[in-house]
Amino acid sequence: MSVVSAPATAPAGGPAPDRPRRLAGWRRIAVGAAILIVIMSAIRTITGAGDLTSSGTIGAALGLAVPIGMAGLGGLWSERSGVVNIGLEGMMILGTFGAGWIGWQHGPWAGLVAAIVFGAVGGLVHAVATVTFGVDQIVSGVAINILGFGVAKFLATTLFVGTPGGGSTQSPQVDPIGTFSLTGDLLKPVEKHGWFLVSDLAGILGGLTTQVSYVTVLALLLVAGTYLVLWRTPFGLRLRSCGEDPYAAESLGVNVYRYKYIAVVVSGALAGFGGGFLAIVAASIYREGQTGGRGYIGLAAMIFGNWRPGGLLAGAGLFGYTDAMQLRSEDAVHALLLLICLGLLAMAVWLGVRRRFLTAVVALAFGALFGWWFLSSDTVPSQATFATPYVTTLLVLALASQRLRMPAADGAVYRRGAGR
Amino acid sequence: MSTSGLARRIGLALAAPLLAIVFSLVITSFVLLTIKANPLDTFQAMITYSGQARVQTLIINSAVTYYFAAVAVAIGFRMNLFNIGVDGQYRLAAMLSAAIGGNIVLPGPLHVLVIILTAVLVGAAWAGAAGLLKVRRGVSEVISTIMLNFIATAVIAYLLAPGKLAVSTAGSNNIGTRPIPASGQVPGIGLVPGSQDKVYGLIVLAVLVGVGFWFLVNRTRFGYDLRATGMSESAAVASGVDVKRMVVYSMLISGAVAGLVGIPELVGAAYTYSLDFPAGLGFTGIAIALLGRNHPVGIALGCLLWGFLDNSSQILNLRDVPVEVVQITQGVIVLSVVVAYELVRRYRLVAIQRDVARQLASAGSTVQGASA
Repeated sequence: MSVVSAPATAPAGGPAPDRPRRLAGWRRIAVGAAILIVIMSAIRTITGAGDLTSSGTIGAALGLAVPIGMAGLGGLWSERSGVVNIGLEGMMILGTFGAGWIGWQHGPWAGLVAAIVFGAVGGLVHAVATVTFGVDQIVSGVAINILGFGVAKFLATTLFVGTPGGGSTQSPQVDPIGTFSLTGDLLKPVEKHGWFLVSDLAGILGGLTTQVSYVTVLALLLVAGTYLVLWRTPFGLRLRSCGEDPYAAESLGVNVYRYKYIAVVVSGALAGFGGGFLAIVAASIYREGQTGGRGYIGLAAMIFGNWRPGGLLAGAGLFGYTDAMQLRSEDAVHALLLLICLGLLAMAVWLGVRRRFLTAVVALAFGALFGWWFLSSDTVPSQATFATPYVTTLLVLALASQRLRMPAADGAVYRRGAGR
Repeated sequence: MSTSGLARRIGLALAAPLLAIVFSLVITSFVLLTIKANPLDTFQAMITYSGQARVQTLIINSAVTYYFAAVAVAIGFRMNLFNIGVDGQYRLAAMLSAAIGGNIVLPGPLHVLVIILTAVLVGAAWAGAAGLLKVRRGVSEVISTIMLNFIATAVIAYLLAPGKLAVSTAGSNNIGTRPIPASGQVPGIGLVPGSQDKVYGLIVLAVLVGVGFWFLVNRTRFGYDLRATGMSESAAVASGVDVKRMVVYSMLISGAVAGLVGIPELVGAAYTYSLDFPAGLGFTGIAIALLGRNHPVGIALGCLLWGFLDNSSQILNLRDVPVEVVQITQGVIVLSVVVAYELVRRYRLVAIQRDVARQLASAGSTVQGASA
């Protein structure tokens, strides 16, 4: 299901009609992931940074990727219908609060539902402002971020002061949600030996299959479900048509307002789900400032993924992975410099073959820079790891903007019957 | 005809913010009622509290800081550019200029000038990067400035460490840049009668920036191009405006003003950039620019309102009302003011259509023609 595990279980089946193309796409991803794993295990063997592919890192990355991915999935729904959603962060904050408030009283699952509802309310406000009143979508999103932060802070002060363990900035403890392990400790011995490739695969598989929260599975199902709904149903086609050309959609009898409303409310619900995951699964508590800008990182992951669910998954995985590295091991982060260096050098060669010499030289220079950084230092400042998702997004946008394609009418104000 | 038209224009211009403020007070009252507080008593307490000279000084000082942030945002807004990155721009600018200001010794005014210039340059550079990315690589400035905010946070965290730009503050576990010596400090002005506290000396700079902003937008060719691009980019291009250059220039100017946000506090009270230096003012600036309709006077009024809400709410602690209630008020004001402006805009369009129709009808019936 996730990009990393694709090589082990390369899916052979697919919908019949466009089978050749889809298979080619999946095969490319599988081959890419396989190459990545081989390089990673080579780097692990060379540098001895075991945390690069340890089950602990991969497990942590999976957990950290979920909130980012859910915020990004929220952005995907909204922007596919043509509404830019900068307010994901605010909706996520509302989600964390809802999860903490209902969660500590009625159990974690009720808390998760509350998180979704709270996020959806934030989405509804965004929909009313942008769809009904035609307010600029960025402005409304910024306002929702301010409002979401204020509302959560106010409600926390009102409702959590005097509760057991709670206060104005945090809720009482929420009971944990269960986890499950498919492989148990089966892979641990294999991982420990440090064999080239074998131990790395064991680590990655182990990380993806042990102590996985049920909520994580739910999140992955939501990504798959989003793909099926938006790309494989008439409903999804109509929703996306609102994001590409609302007036054309209108001329075909699509109720554009309704579709945008649905999309933006779902968007808020998904962001709220991401917030709920943070509060219930990641922390077992609502804490002020818990989202830490993950709504924005989710947005970045969506852009990184070119407004597509698969790409979004890759983006969330990448950002979750860097996040996990930052928390776990300095050595491993340092070893990643070598990975970036090699990646850039490979890119330079590829660009050179393609006769794009100027970009090739830039890639070569940066590759050399990272190589020098790797050789001349022992650690990487934690701030550099913190900045990775943001720098990556800027680089992707700056270098690959021609290959990115956002929905054509994304951000445009639509008024029924107004024409172009 | 013309006087009533003018009266209606002013009425419509004021209608939206007033509507939004009233609406947000209604919402706030409901919120207060749910926690069993009397809204009227609460508002009364805040107003009484703000009558104290000390609180008035605080309100003005907050407003001065917010003013730079809001003007920085407004410069972009006038040509449909969203500088969401004011937050990162001012924090980075304040940190670097504090570090430079604390490590040099220069005669009085020159020292302050160096600090201000550093801040302006850093702010402009950080915003200019987003401008360049937009015109060269087609990257939306909304996304790039958000990313640059976080990158600024990382850069500040990296540099603001002992052994780099920070020293530990005596008697606490806070760290900050080396304190700016007396020659780089700007004395306050005793603006509020009957108060020991003084208003930031850089209030003068805020007024100058406000006047400069008005002059730039309304009385220069650059400002004309700026507004033309904001109203219709295609029309601006057709009339010979180099939109790409305008984007870069307005981001540079916006960032330059953004760089000033932290400076009144830096040279007027804190003298050091420490871990608890105010953050998030860029978003306050966005809110106030929207409320003040990107107009220098409107923004000034918005800043005073925000300063009033932020400072007079401190009294609520004594009345068992969470101070955070004003953040709900502020959030609702922002959201409802943009809705209200949109409604007023639609109403105005309808009114213009009606007027034109009426004039055409009367021009058709009498030979004299329209007298407007």
